[in-house]
Amino acid sequence: MSDLDPLLHSRCEWLRGEGEASDIVMSSRMRLARNIAGFLFTHHLAKDESEELIDLAESAVKKAALFKEGFFFEQKDLSSLDKQFLLERHLISHEHASAKQDMAVCLSRDEVASVMILEEDHLRIQVLQSGFNLRGAWELIDRLDSELAGHMAYAYHPTLGFLTACPTNVGTGLRASCMLHLPALVMTKQINKVLQALQKLNLAARGMYGEGTQPSGNFFQFSNQMTLGVNEAEIIESLERVIRQIIQNEKEAREILQTKKKDKLEDQIWRALGALKAARFISSRETTTHLSLVRLGVDLGVIQGLSAAKLNELFIMIQPSHLQKCSNRALSSTDRDYERAAFLRRELKSVELL
Amino acid sequence: MLCNVCGKSEASIHLTEIVNSQMLELHLCETCAQEKSGDLKTQFSFNELLNDLNSMIGLQKKEESRCRGCGLTYEEFAKSGRLGCPECYEDFSKPLTSLIKRVQKGIQHTGKKPGNTPTQIRFHIDLKDLQERLRKSIQMEEFEEAARIRDQIKQLETQIKKGPGGKSDV
Repeated sequence: MSDLDPLLHSRCEWLRGEGEASDIVMSSRMRLARNIAGFLFTHHLAKDESEELIDLAESAVKKAALFKEGFFFEQKDLSSLDKQFLLERHLISHEHASAKQDMAVCLSRDEVASVMILEEDHLRIQVLQSGFNLRGAWELIDRLDSELAGHMAYAYHPTLGFLTACPTNVGTGLRASCMLHLPALVMTKQINKVLQALQKLNLAARGMYGEGTQPSGNFFQFSNQMTLGVNEAEIIESLERVIRQIIQNEKEAREILQTKKKDKLEDQIWRALGALKAARFISSRETTTHLSLVRLGVDLGVIQGLSAAKLNELFIMIQPSHLQKCSNRALSSTDRDYERAAFLRRELKSVELL
Repeated sequence: MLCNVCGKSEASIHLTEIVNSQMLELHLCETCAQEKSGDLKTQFSFNELLNDLNSMIGLQKKEESRCRGCGLTYEEFAKSGRLGCPECYEDFSKPLTSLIKRVQKGIQHTGKKPGNTPTQIRFHIDLKDLQERLRKSIQMEEFEEAARIRDQIKQLETQIKKGPGGKSDV
């Protein structure tokens, strides 16, 4: 048993599968990098200073409205499996999960907001929302950030704005991103054009788990790269405009597939569902690939009786640490593939192959 | 743009990320991207780019300048991609400005400003700074300076005690 158990049985709020364009935009995310004045940056802190900073940040976060009844974990409370689990739920970053030194994380009860303490920066404040909702996410994080600033003084420079350990975050410290499911753009081989255009617009494209991950399951995370010389509203507006365009492109590609390649498309969708319902051993990569097609099938009304929320949940539940947490024991890679297949057969039992 | 790995095919996958605290930009063709997936971290380094930048702005390797706040050298920053403290931005302002110009849209922050920090918190930060300065000046045997700082600390401590409602909740 661990302190994380309540999370295991709750459904992430941001995976509800609701909100604008939620058939294509899985979630919207905002992240602010902040450092507390009077301290060196995270990687230069002495042990006692790290502890002091964690106390300071934790007590500030605990006063914030969003963190009422929230969860607070420190390095000592978390096994490496726990950290992996939080990473799979997008609540902490790779860097934070692999931290050897002191760290802490605060989560709001509904998992909408989290504050990573002693990541690359002292604070990485994050808000996640279901669907295409950058503005909603900004409103929440803006309020939270201002609330926290009432209890701590941030390192701030009149010209450079919020000071961060890496100059790529200086200024607003804001990284806004959306996770998009773009199977039709991938199938029609248009995705590269999209990615190229994005680069010209100074936007970054990443895989499902952010920095350093490869795209899988046709999921792409798009975010702003620049944080200085642009304000928050401009960052959000320009990202929004581009995402809207990509949604439109994906919709058109889906229409083309449905009209011109209907039979082939349905063949792929049904085979994917078949594989998930039949497999005895299945890797997370293969699962994600099939789930992506099943999701497209649900979006297009080919597959009935499966909700978007349920599907979103499956993407998370089949990840290695979630499987191990659920079965309450450490599993070897082969065991995991076996458990994953069993889990999928159970979960998809009521979904019929027509 | 050609692929960074094979140098033959047109690059179609473009990555900019920070891996092991180093910024790195990658342009790959689809074939190479698939081969390289998984071992990106060890294959490429942003060091060279940063080092290029150093020579561009004429920062001599021998002439070692350290940040007064944390003792970091610019070379160490170039290696890790991470600064040591807020003061680094002042002490390395020249090379950093040219780096920032390359990676950011501008060099003037136009976004949100932190609200007014409550006075009591400001006092505590100032106090911490002063204590640190006191420690350093004693170490350097600059006792006159130390005495001055000690007086400032005393003054600040009285102000903190007098604070609104007489309590500070930091």
